[in-house]
Amino acid sequence: MDGTAGAPYLGIRHLTKRFGTFTALDDVSLDVYAREFVVFLGPSGCGKTTLLRAIAGLDIQTAGTIHQGGRDVSALPPAERDFGIVFQSYALFPNLTVDDNVGYGLVSRGKPRAETRARVAELLTLVGLPDAGAKYPAQLSGGQQQRVALARALAISPGLLLLDEPLSALDARVRQHLRQELKDLQRKLGITTIMVTHDQEEALALADRIVVMNHGVIDQVGTPMEIYRKPASPFVADFVGTMNFLDASVSEPGVVSVGGRRFRVDALNGMTPGTAALVCIRPEDVKTRNVGPGDENALEVEVRSLEFLGSFARARLAASDGTGPDLVADLSINLLRDLQVEAGTRFPVALPADRLRVYPKTP
Amino acid sequence: MTTTSAPLIRPKASRDDLIMRASLALFALWLLVVVAAPLWSLLSKSFQDRDGGFIGLSNYLRYVETPALFQSFWNSLFVAAATTAIVVPLAFVYAYALTRSCMRWKPVFQGLALIPILAPSLLPAISLIYLFGNQGLLKGWLFGQPVYGAVGIVTAQVFYCFPHAMMILVTALSMADQRLYESADALGASRLRVFLTVTLPGVKYGLISTAFVIFTLVITDFGIAKVVGGRFNVLATDIYKQVIGQQNFEMGAVVGVILLVPALLSFAVDRAVARRQVAQLSARAVPFEPKPQKSRDLALMAFCLVVGLTILGVFAVSVWASFITFWPYNLTLTLKNYAFGNFDPLGWGVYWNSLVMASMTAVFGTAIVFIGAYLVEKSKGFHFGRGAVHLLAMIPLAVPGLVLGLSYIFFFNMRGNPLGVLYGTMALLVINTIAHFYTVSHLTALTALKQLDAEFEAVSASLKVPVWRTFFRITVPICLPAILDVAIYLFVNAMTTVSAVIFLYSSETKPAALAIVNMDESGFTAGAAGMATVIVATSAAVKLAQLGLSRLLRRTQAWRKR
Repeated sequence: MDGTAGAPYLGIRHLTKRFGTFTALDDVSLDVYAREFVVFLGPSGCGKTTLLRAIAGLDIQTAGTIHQGGRDVSALPPAERDFGIVFQSYALFPNLTVDDNVGYGLVSRGKPRAETRARVAELLTLVGLPDAGAKYPAQLSGGQQQRVALARALAISPGLLLLDEPLSALDARVRQHLRQELKDLQRKLGITTIMVTHDQEEALALADRIVVMNHGVIDQVGTPMEIYRKPASPFVADFVGTMNFLDASVSEPGVVSVGGRRFRVDALNGMTPGTAALVCIRPEDVKTRNVGPGDENALEVEVRSLEFLGSFARARLAASDGTGPDLVADLSINLLRDLQVEAGTRFPVALPADRLRVYPKTP
Repeated sequence: MTTTSAPLIRPKASRDDLIMRASLALFALWLLVVVAAPLWSLLSKSFQDRDGGFIGLSNYLRYVETPALFQSFWNSLFVAAATTAIVVPLAFVYAYALTRSCMRWKPVFQGLALIPILAPSLLPAISLIYLFGNQGLLKGWLFGQPVYGAVGIVTAQVFYCFPHAMMILVTALSMADQRLYESADALGASRLRVFLTVTLPGVKYGLISTAFVIFTLVITDFGIAKVVGGRFNVLATDIYKQVIGQQNFEMGAVVGVILLVPALLSFAVDRAVARRQVAQLSARAVPFEPKPQKSRDLALMAFCLVVGLTILGVFAVSVWASFITFWPYNLTLTLKNYAFGNFDPLGWGVYWNSLVMASMTAVFGTAIVFIGAYLVEKSKGFHFGRGAVHLLAMIPLAVPGLVLGLSYIFFFNMRGNPLGVLYGTMALLVINTIAHFYTVSHLTALTALKQLDAEFEAVSASLKVPVWRTFFRITVPICLPAILDVAIYLFVNAMTTVSAVIFLYSSETKPAALAIVNMDESGFTAGAAGMATVIVATSAAVKLAQLGLSRLLRRTQAWRKR
């Protein structure tokens, strides 16, 4: 099946892109394998779009190489590379019908008319718009325009599909719906796909692998589960999902101290005693049921406030005795009912050692 | 910073890139030849003696020391300042009425104010002669003072400049934020206070810009001073006299350079102002909607009625007079003044020349302007070249027509210039006119291109479609309304322009607007009025055709509907 074994389809080596004195990409290396869905995730200005445009040849890198399908494409203009692209604005040609938009790349290849027409119809069916062919882009909804742009990019059967924030111009509901369709389509076609987004939820839902970027460098590459469970840096931990950050120091191997209270941790990432550290735990990883006072990493907390979020509630907790950390924890509705939790309620929680991540604290 | 030894990448140029770069180079060459090189020869000529030797500032010194010449400098400043002082307030109230009141028939008033644009600047001057000249109908109104001179020039300039001032001020006044006015109301400010603290500061830059534009228009206009100036010399007529009358090219060049100064100054101010004006209106501003207010609306309408009808009247006088047998003694109508053969050897041929020149200017000019703007906007990399080309394209806005025409004499007459074969041909008139009106056309095209999705070219490249195909199939059709605007702008200006081409026409290629100057000079005022009427009618017809065409574009191009 798919995987990250064997020769990569796309090999990026030591890519650097400078705009004047500004370094947008700093020595970036990455492999993308055939049939993979890779998502570049990061805040605006992190270099994710720059990397995508370098892969497309739209803004060629200052230094470094890109190989695609065994071919060195580093210096080639876009027209000599093999990719289809969907932009955030879709860039549909407003004066052409949907049919002509989708067939735009086919006509200039000198294919017979009938063949082009059949291919266009096939593509429109594929994206779920079989009857839209005669319309103009302005007559379509945002979601429909996005599908047309996708069909147009796929028309020339590219080896690589590039998506630049393709869903961010849409309503939340349409976005979620299209997200699923996009994933299904990519699976069905088995086309190697790279998508750029700043929406972590989108990245977690779509990607086979996520590439988290910040300040022009790659912070972490991994499956959504790895990224979420084992963020490689506080930045990744903070950017993907919600995270408690607790100021701590390493007291001895396997133990950190937070506000005078000691917690056992599984991994210390090689930090030595005395080092200032950040201890992280996700709100949903705070153990709230069946915690006894003597359990490992247990503490009694008092509920400061509750934020009801539908299927669960997010609670702000503080250690009852005033020492130790303030925490955010997700409490299930069941728990709220069973323990009759409300502001002021006290109950014991535990921070499981295998769920605590420790990072060196950088000033 | 990285210390990797990753290889630096030299992007390979695609076929598209090569086409774009070669075209850009050609385009730069074109601008160099039609704008930069002629101006350079003008500048160097002003530092030379008759034999082409360099004599430093001697010509300039001689200019300042010759009272007859230097007087024109002050005269020019005077009429320009006077016209500006009269036009700007008038146009401001008019524009205020159009944008800030609820008076009726706004489109009609807007149309009335724009009439002068359709005619050569000579036309209001000719009308003045019919009204207040030696045989003027209303001669008594001037208490025996002659209309020829400063009074006539300023009056005619007021009519000629009015639409230009009004257009800028309408734009400035329509950029207002409703919320500011609502806040002022809520704070209980009086109407006068609102006007002084909200309205005026909001259009400050527009007013400054208008004043400079009008000042420059007057200083550089040739036609009016020629027709109604009498013995009152100004810079523009001096150039003509020095060059055509006395064949003193060096002194002509000096006057030309002096004429460049106010134009350059106004250009610089306008640029600076334009930059600030952008920040005036934030994206969240609420557009101003005037509320009805009976007394104010009626007063403003009365004002517009007076101004609008005066403009119409002044233009109607020339039209009427052109059909009169013998002004003012025999007022029976006749067509004999349209037998132009009696006043000019080419007869109606001059009109034909103008049509040919205007059509060629529109067709070739629009193509060059649009392709040039496309290259500046859409070619990749090459930042220095694109910036330089854009700058070259901006120069003509700061160069008065007379100066451009004069510099064409120097450049295309230069010994050894292979382009000299163009001298005296229709082709040179067309090239000169395109160059003269280049900047506004360039900016119009650029604005339209900037509204296109920036990724059309990227998408096309990814689909392996060559750039020229996307240009013709996507870019041009979408920009058709702007292309039409440019073509009409060039056509109407080519029909009415006098200043630049006056140095460049030959006896066979003389255009109609210049025939007016000649006829007026020879005393055939009725013929001049007739020819001006023909030009106005042509410009008006073309403008109407444009209205119809843009309506047709909207109807036949389904995709433009939302």
